[in-house]
Amino acid sequence: MNFSLSEEQSMLADSIARFIDNDYGFEKRQEIAESEKGYSPELWRTYAELGWTAVPFAEDDGGLGGGPIELMLMMEQFGRGLVVEPFLATIVLAGGVLQRAASAPQKEQWLSGIIEGSIQAALAFSEPQGRFEISDIATSAKANGDKYILNGHKNLVLNGANDDLLIIPARTSGSQSDQSGITLFAVAADSAGIERKCYATVDAHHAADITLKDVQVDAAAVLGEVGQGFATLQAVIDEATFAVCAEAVGIMRTMHDKTVEYSKNRVQFGVPIGTFQALQHRMVDTLMACEQTYSLLLWTAMLNTANDPDARKAISALKYQIGTAGRKVAQEAVQIHGAMGVTWELDIAHYFKRFTAIELLFGNADFHLNRYIELS
Amino acid sequence: MDIIFSAEELAFQQEVRTFLKEKYPDDIRKKQDSGISLSRDDMIRWQKILYEQGWAAVNWPVENGGTGWSPIQRYIFENEIGAANAPEFLPFGVKMIGPIIYTFGNDEQKRRFLPDILSSDVWWCQGYSEPGSGSDLASLKTKAERQGDHYLVNGTKTWTTLAQYADWIFCLVRTSSDVARRQEGISFLLIDMQTPGVSVKPIITIDGVQEINEVHFENVEVPLENLVGEEGKGWTYGKVLLEHERTNMATVARSEYRLNRLKEQAGQSVHGGPPCMDDPNFARKVAAAEIELKALEYTQLRTLAAVAVGKAPGPESSILKIKGTLVQQMLDELLLEAAGYYALPYVPDQYDLEFPNSERIGHGAETRSSLKYFNNRKASIYGGSNEIQKNVVAKHVLGL
Ligand SMILES: Cc1cc2nc3c(=O)[nH]c(=O)nc-3n(C[C@H](O)[C@H](O)[C@H](O)COP(=O)(O)OP(=O)(O)OC[C@H]3O[C@@H](n4cnc5c(N)ncnc54)[C@H](O)[C@@H]3O)c2cc1C
Repeated sequence: MNFSLSEEQSMLADSIARFIDNDYGFEKRQEIAESEKGYSPELWRTYAELGWTAVPFAEDDGGLGGGPIELMLMMEQFGRGLVVEPFLATIVLAGGVLQRAASAPQKEQWLSGIIEGSIQAALAFSEPQGRFEISDIATSAKANGDKYILNGHKNLVLNGANDDLLIIPARTSGSQSDQSGITLFAVAADSAGIERKCYATVDAHHAADITLKDVQVDAAAVLGEVGQGFATLQAVIDEATFAVCAEAVGIMRTMHDKTVEYSKNRVQFGVPIGTFQALQHRMVDTLMACEQTYSLLLWTAMLNTANDPDARKAISALKYQIGTAGRKVAQEAVQIHGAMGVTWELDIAHYFKRFTAIELLFGNADFHLNRYIELS
Repeated sequence: MDIIFSAEELAFQQEVRTFLKEKYPDDIRKKQDSGISLSRDDMIRWQKILYEQGWAAVNWPVENGGTGWSPIQRYIFENEIGAANAPEFLPFGVKMIGPIIYTFGNDEQKRRFLPDILSSDVWWCQGYSEPGSGSDLASLKTKAERQGDHYLVNGTKTWTTLAQYADWIFCLVRTSSDVARRQEGISFLLIDMQTPGVSVKPIITIDGVQEINEVHFENVEVPLENLVGEEGKGWTYGKVLLEHERTNMATVARSEYRLNRLKEQAGQSVHGGPPCMDDPNFARKVAAAEIELKALEYTQLRTLAAVAVGKAPGPESSILKIKGTLVQQMLDELLLEAAGYYALPYVPDQYDLEFPNSERIGHGAETRSSLKYFNNRKASIYGGSNEIQKNVVAKHVLGL
């Protein structure tokens, strides 16, 4: 039995941790979050130079061949630092699709630039009626000679304001929630017929609602096989779910630690509030929630590394845990900070908001509890 | 055993309903129903409508300009306001400082302050908490030194709700540190916000709104006549107020309104997908909230029944605030979950009735559900945090 990291894994985690500690303090993060793009293009280049944008990709594609453990380590740190750069959208979601489904020329066209840090990308994984069901796709792609015409509506496209690439799952056949008949298209962001309403989200990330009106794309834009896109989509969303869970674990741990620290320093009634047993027990509860969640995270990472048959089930277990035990940790952190906890000025509020967004992303606790049962 | 209202009470209920139907302005209703914050003017306009009806001060005796209503009438009134989701009267004037002034103030203070409170011509805010004194309010440090015909006030109050609109602030201040119990050195002062040396610094809350403020006092001269009651007795006056604040917080009717909205929203297809209620996990949580709320309603009615026959409310009254906020927060979570991804956009501009519909992200109050969830974490923190409430129950009810 061995829960320890390899030397390379430790180095990766340490280098991101150092970056967060030295270059990504809360004030800096807020400054970046409030800037026009909502992230720092300059830091994105740094991430690329440090090789972070290459980590999850195969060596043959120019990546570093990292797996779930590497992704977990990175996302935990990104959670701790409340990093707003679009790693999830560009690398995990869009990059994840390209890595799995793109042909060699398509990888050359898009994936190389993503790894180098010169291309931003998004995956439109949701439609308004679908709630959390990724197979629920009403957007249509009609073949027309050697082109496809796309029509439909996508919501919450993370990093959807980017200038480069939108990956659009659309229906080439089948009925609205069929798993077969879904085709993935790599669409240049400036294509005619794309209308975007771009907005910040409550966690200071950015997204867009996108309407596709007779958007023409070449057959060469199809990623993978026509009508066979679901398996890729599902694998990518699973990985992204795992990624945000790791991020959430980083957030929970940070909120818990900061709360314990605060309770040692905040004095009321002549003593630190951490001396009140009513609060002590609750912080022990949040500690237990952090530890249990971390255990599930490691279990999930291992099963996914081993391609275990229960790998997907583990992801749902973990996401359920995040949405229940994790939510409690986040709420307790705010409560124990008193009024400070509900101010914009304090980082706790921003951890709380990012955590809440993650609770909903790719399905909330209810959704994953159902999926866990289905997969059992 | 029954909870049937008398014929007069039913007639009164009808009167309130008719009033709300006729006098509750449409634009304010629209804002309320889509979860848009009211402007200062909206709040004042609504309060003046209630004032003109003679219903500004439902908790005051008639001789001070109140309605003199029985507890049952007050209950009916507040219930109808909640059920209509109409705005509540801001608490600072009529609920908080008014009763202190008519109970402990002198005649001159009553003449000077009560009419403007009733007519909403003066906006009050509450200056109790300080950076170092929240739950432990008695440790407050804002100092008021007697100097000739005035007090010289120095210190900082914080978390002061809507102080940016306020004309006056009522404060607990320290007039003496040379006392056996620190509570005995606290006095109750009324301070004009326009006095030189008073400054207000905004504090932005988690949802991006200026709801609270820091209020600084730097050598502020406050006339001696602005002292309420006796020097050193401020704590006892203030405590009465806190108790008052606590019993007003169950907000059962408003939670019922929100529960109904939730069931309506989650029971139908909002964006063309299946209704949330189709998921038994979700339906179960809604039912659990509804059951908790029903229990709370009856707990409140028990309190009311005791008060109506002149008895002191029993221990059940002390749980109203804790449970009331708990139910509110359960509903916050469910509304957030029901909104799904539409809870996530943060588009402050669209929380304005003028914002063009075609540009909107999500329907109605959906995208406000997250902001409400974030903001309303305050409910278990302010007005005496739920931990402090439990300490009070443990001490006074359980005798521990
Ligand atoms: C939105 C908002 C509006 C407000 N408006 C006003 C206003 O208009 N005027 C005003 O005067 N104040 C206002 N307040 C302040 C409010 O009354 C205080 O926040 C509250 O009293 C708690 O104090 P604190 O924030 O300093 O927390 P602290 O007292 O520092 O408490 C921190 C945590 O420790 C817990 N704790 C403290 N003591 C104990 C104990 N003995 N046992 C167990 N747990 C304990 C608390 O419950 C809390 O969870 C407002 C607060 C908020 C959030």
